[in-house]
Amino acid sequence: MLQRLEHLLGIEDLTREQITFILDQAKPFQEFQRHPLKKLATLRGKTVAIAFFESSTRTRISFTTAAARLGADTMNLQAESSSLKKGESLLDTVRTLEAMRPDGIVIRHSSSGAPEFIARRLGMPVVNAGDGTHEHPTQALLDALTIRDRKGKLEGWNLTILGDILHSRVARSNIHLLSKFGVRITLCGPAMWVPRELETLAPNIRRVARVEEALDGADAIIALRVQTERLHEPALAAEEYILRYQLTPQRLKLARPDALVLHPGPMIRGLEIDDAVADGPQSCVLEQVTNGLAIRMALLYHLVGGAPVEPPADKPQAKE
Amino acid sequence: MLLIKNGRVLDPASKTDATQDVLLDGGRIAKTGVNLAAPDAEVFDASGMIVAPGFVDLHCHLREPGQELSETIETGTRAAARGGFTAVCCMPNTQPVNDNASITRGIVERAAAAGGVRVWPIGAASIGSKGEALAEIAAMKDAGIVAVSDDGKPVATARLMRQVMDYCNTLGLPVIDHCEDPSLFAGGVMREGPRSIRLGLKGIPAESESICAGRDVEIAALTRSRLHIAHMSTTAALEHVRLAKRIGLRVTCEVTPHHFTLCDEDVRYDTNYKMNPPLASRADVSALIVGIADGNVDAIATDHAPHHPASKDVEFDRAPFGIIGFETAIALTLGELVHPGKISLMRMVELFTTGPARVLGIERKIAAGEPADITIFSTHHPWTYHAVESPSKSRNSPFDGRTFQGAPMATVVNGHVVYRREQTAAA
Repeated sequence: MLQRLEHLLGIEDLTREQITFILDQAKPFQEFQRHPLKKLATLRGKTVAIAFFESSTRTRISFTTAAARLGADTMNLQAESSSLKKGESLLDTVRTLEAMRPDGIVIRHSSSGAPEFIARRLGMPVVNAGDGTHEHPTQALLDALTIRDRKGKLEGWNLTILGDILHSRVARSNIHLLSKFGVRITLCGPAMWVPRELETLAPNIRRVARVEEALDGADAIIALRVQTERLHEPALAAEEYILRYQLTPQRLKLARPDALVLHPGPMIRGLEIDDAVADGPQSCVLEQVTNGLAIRMALLYHLVGGAPVEPPADKPQAKE
Repeated sequence: MLLIKNGRVLDPASKTDATQDVLLDGGRIAKTGVNLAAPDAEVFDASGMIVAPGFVDLHCHLREPGQELSETIETGTRAAARGGFTAVCCMPNTQPVNDNASITRGIVERAAAAGGVRVWPIGAASIGSKGEALAEIAAMKDAGIVAVSDDGKPVATARLMRQVMDYCNTLGLPVIDHCEDPSLFAGGVMREGPRSIRLGLKGIPAESESICAGRDVEIAALTRSRLHIAHMSTTAALEHVRLAKRIGLRVTCEVTPHHFTLCDEDVRYDTNYKMNPPLASRADVSALIVGIADGNVDAIATDHAPHHPASKDVEFDRAPFGIIGFETAIALTLGELVHPGKISLMRMVELFTTGPARVLGIERKIAAGEPADITIFSTHHPWTYHAVESPSKSRNSPFDGRTFQGAPMATVVNGHVVYRREQTAAA
């Protein structure tokens, strides 16, 4: 029996069956993106709160659009326009949103564990849209959908992740997801961003120092963004990173000829990835964006639309 | 007069382990012996219980003055009494910092007014604990401090530590250091390791503590002074202490109950698992327990660190460090160390009495003429800890809801029973 999801807080605790179920659910929504009229009535009357406590453009637009195309209304909260700057706690902020009776909340936050923290206290589905350096589950799901579409299956491939793995929630979610399908994962980047402990996250993970060795035989490559805003360590000179780790056409030739190139965006061309690779035939970057909509529609449909929502707390009083 | 009858008296100083009566009179221990008679005395039946010298906690935060939302001297000492402590040493990181005699006197007066557990303040080593100029240590000593520390952070530099130790040596005060290298600590929120990587929480390497402990041991050697390492949590720091003791330096250390009970693998997104130093690796926990058993660890101290509920009910990386610990210290020591046979009951009593007393340069024993401070506890009394029932103003404990075998049964300070456990059928 498939365990129904209550929240989507991370990939780590999902089963392979749950992941496959979400990817399968996304299928019709992928096709739907090609329709001339992109509006369903599935979630009409539902409201999704989209609370971003950390700056983001693409993920926020993706979730907002996914909700809109399902017919749901959205309540948008952005950190810079919220009362957080006036000193209100996260808990008070989300409780205020809850009091407006949304049917689910999508949260992005710079603190690892913030979605779990609010999920324990709110009576509605919580979707993690990226928390600190912990997880970014919808990104891993859309990456998996992209790989599965292009290569026909997930099982058994060799994946290489390049860049700042330590500070990457995208890397963690992808590692958790793909390792559940027997993908062999190679991590490569400057040593201070690829600590030994990463190998304990899942089976079949190895760290490789040289990018040439890391790319050898890869079936898919995820080039991570160099996240200058999340660095706690002294930053590496950009020239050093380019010299040793940039994904260039020459280096890409070391991978399988049909290797996929993924990037979670936003890309910094000329830093972690060369123009020719970003725009080349192996690049899946724009497909990832479209698949992100499909994954997020499938999730909102499942989490917000699926079961009847608990009656509001004031209902019993009304009876009396 | 109070007559404590038929308890098993455990007194490390005299190596006594025998069923005896203890008669207290006028704030002093009058006499000990079998079948003592004192017709006028109130009687406490300690049958089946351990009667020990009054327990001393070397490390706590009572938050007064300045953070009374989290704790006051009155609420904190009531919690300490419930935990079986007869004296507690409160760290100077109040607001303002206890770095001068008037603040010390204020703490002493508030404690006297509370009238329960003894409060022995620890003074700041530097003004405002800022790591620059020396605090008014001699004046604070006259006002009642028993040690100095810039706890909450380390004594900032080796040079300042040298000055503090040299100066405190002449005053006969131990220097207590919170060992941490700020550049390695660097905004971390839990111990660096597989668990911090998995949770995406910024890690603090173990070396943050041991590098500072190594520095302090070297300065203690240079100055021939008394050094006490607070809440020690790593194997490497313990090795520094071990070496220091072997070569005859006057170096001591303490370990908290949470550091020998929990490890970094227990950390989850619950801010009651966030403390400084952070919960250590499983290997470090084993090493600490070896050190506790073999005598290299001198004392168990709680690092009781109350934070009012709203301040802890936040994102993990935004929460303050620390947990409350008075009321669970005895039960955790019994449950984690004594019951599994890792240390003897006598060793446990040492770690709460003669151990901390030696750190402070005082005595702690059950003998005629000594202060009438007695801790009475049960090794088997079953109970469940509910933080909500604590007299403390704070609730931040990872042990909330835990069931224990063994508990403090009564706390006697200066001849007065300041706490007595209700023995109901429900217990």
